[in-house]
Amino acid sequence: MLEVRDISVAYGAIKALHGVSLSVAKGEIVTLIGCNGAGKSTTLRAISGLVRPGSGDILYEGRTLRGVAPHEIVRLGLAHSPEGRGVFPNMTVSENLDLGAYARKRSEHAQIREDREKALDLFPRLRERLKQSAGTLSGGEQQMLAMARALLARPRLLLLDEPSLGLAPQIVQLIFRIIREINAAGTTILLVEQNAHMALQVANRAYVLEVGRVVMSGDAKELARTDEVRKAYLGHG
Amino acid sequence: MDQLLQTLKDGIAIGSLYALIALGYTMVYGILKFINFAHSDVVVLGAWLSLLFARKLEAVTGWGAPPWWAGALVLILAMAACALAGFCIERLAYKPIRGAPRLNVLITAIGVSLFLQNMGQQEWMFGTRPANIPALVNDATLFTVGRVNFTLLDAAGVGTALALMVGLEWLVFHTKIGRGMRAVSHSTATASLMGVPVNRVISTTFVIGSALAAAGGFLWALKYSQIKQTADTSWTLLGLKAFVAAVVGGIGNVRGAMLGGLAIGMLEMFGAAYLWSSMTDVYVFGLLIAVLLLRPGGILGKAVVEKV
Ligand SMILES: Nc1ncnc2c1ncn2[C@@H]1O[C@H](COP(=O)(O)OP(=O)(O)OP(=O)(O)O)[C@@H](O)[C@H]1O
Ligand SMILES: [Mg+2]
Repeated sequence: MLEVRDISVAYGAIKALHGVSLSVAKGEIVTLIGCNGAGKSTTLRAISGLVRPGSGDILYEGRTLRGVAPHEIVRLGLAHSPEGRGVFPNMTVSENLDLGAYARKRSEHAQIREDREKALDLFPRLRERLKQSAGTLSGGEQQMLAMARALLARPRLLLLDEPSLGLAPQIVQLIFRIIREINAAGTTILLVEQNAHMALQVANRAYVLEVGRVVMSGDAKELARTDEVRKAYLGHG
Repeated sequence: MDQLLQTLKDGIAIGSLYALIALGYTMVYGILKFINFAHSDVVVLGAWLSLLFARKLEAVTGWGAPPWWAGALVLILAMAACALAGFCIERLAYKPIRGAPRLNVLITAIGVSLFLQNMGQQEWMFGTRPANIPALVNDATLFTVGRVNFTLLDAAGVGTALALMVGLEWLVFHTKIGRGMRAVSHSTATASLMGVPVNRVISTTFVIGSALAAAGGFLWALKYSQIKQTADTSWTLLGLKAFVAAVVGGIGNVRGAMLGGLAIGMLEMFGAAYLWSSMTDVYVFGLLIAVLLLRPGGILGKAVVEKV
């Protein structure tokens, strides 16, 4: 469904990615783990068009995303819930959700309303806060809003950047349960996480990124058993 | 009592004009985070185009007294022409340097401003001599309170400004494109991830801001009937005051610009009526300094707190 082929990305003089390749098949949960600054977010940004790779190519459902603007990529069914959630703090929860469906046509009105109900069923806490401004939500609620909003784009592929960042353990559990549910309902997921423990549990496959390169990849459960991953990412001595 | 009423009336009239112009500054700042110095020149363009359209209309219809729709038609034409001008300015001058350092953008804005001023002075454009706009409203006194007359012209001016502001408020807070504008103003990148076409939103912002500027120029022409040449300092001062209104209200904040415009207008008129009439500019810039010292974000501006 998604194929990233040997992409390199630089921010001015700083090289963030040096030839990253990865693929995601329909129906999978794939996770991308790595330390701070490894280039995880940059990889997602390249996929959603926010940064342009200097070389390499990205294919989504068989077509190249080279030169396609971010707002057009959303229309292709690829939604990106960014690092730090990116909710619009001055807007209400309800308006934030509406923005999630911005790319969809007016004629899809009924379908959008249905998706909205589904997203709110997934995150009932948001339903109670529809009129509240998003800036006043707790960190966990903002994360829920960011995910619900991404779902309103009706993505076939969902990119999630560190959904568990800074959240209390119970909320992290909840978020990961919902990631499973979203996947079970038919959405393919590419998940970036620092919480490697949880990410490897939920994912089918995993890639390990170190300073802009993929250093390991494979079945998530098997990777979790290797010494390198246990030592570097799971905190086993 | 009469003086109070008269001052209030004048304050609202000039304040709503400032507000219309301030909206253009604030909308562009909200989205692109730069001060569009060429904005006041679009106001001037609006005033001069109103004059040209009014003369044309007068010649074509050969009116003795202007028909009731003359003002509306001239206003719409001027707004449409300035909207187009705003679109072109953004496309030709600002879009190519999107993402460039702020100083470059600022210098470009000053360049656009000088260009418009100098082009307007050419004889084949508006020339360097002041001109008078034909009467567009068949003025009459509607009612009188004490010794203060409320005329059709007063009502038309304030009514037009209010209608446009209500329309803008509705657009920004209750439509899809308005939601897109607010999203882009918070974060271009995140907005684009929502599917908001950022470039189109920016174009729309310039188009709307310039149309409102044209309305400001039109109302100015209606009010003072004499229109000065495009590089006249009175225009610069008008633009500066509208800019102050935007800052006082909270730059980037649409409601703030409306409030700031009215505040500045009232301050000027009350200062002139009850203090020294020669010092109106001092009051305005004094208020600016006070606001910047006490509430740097402006009256309605507030720091946005983001949770981590
Ligand atoms: N806007 C930017 N300008 C300059 N350098 C950047 C920018 N964004 C990221 N970088 C650099 O690119 C590299 C990769 O950053 P990236 O954000 O992709 O890492 P990450 O794996 O997501 O890290 P984290 O886990 O901390 O989120 C880092 O060295 C970072 O400093
Ligand atoms: Mg990151």
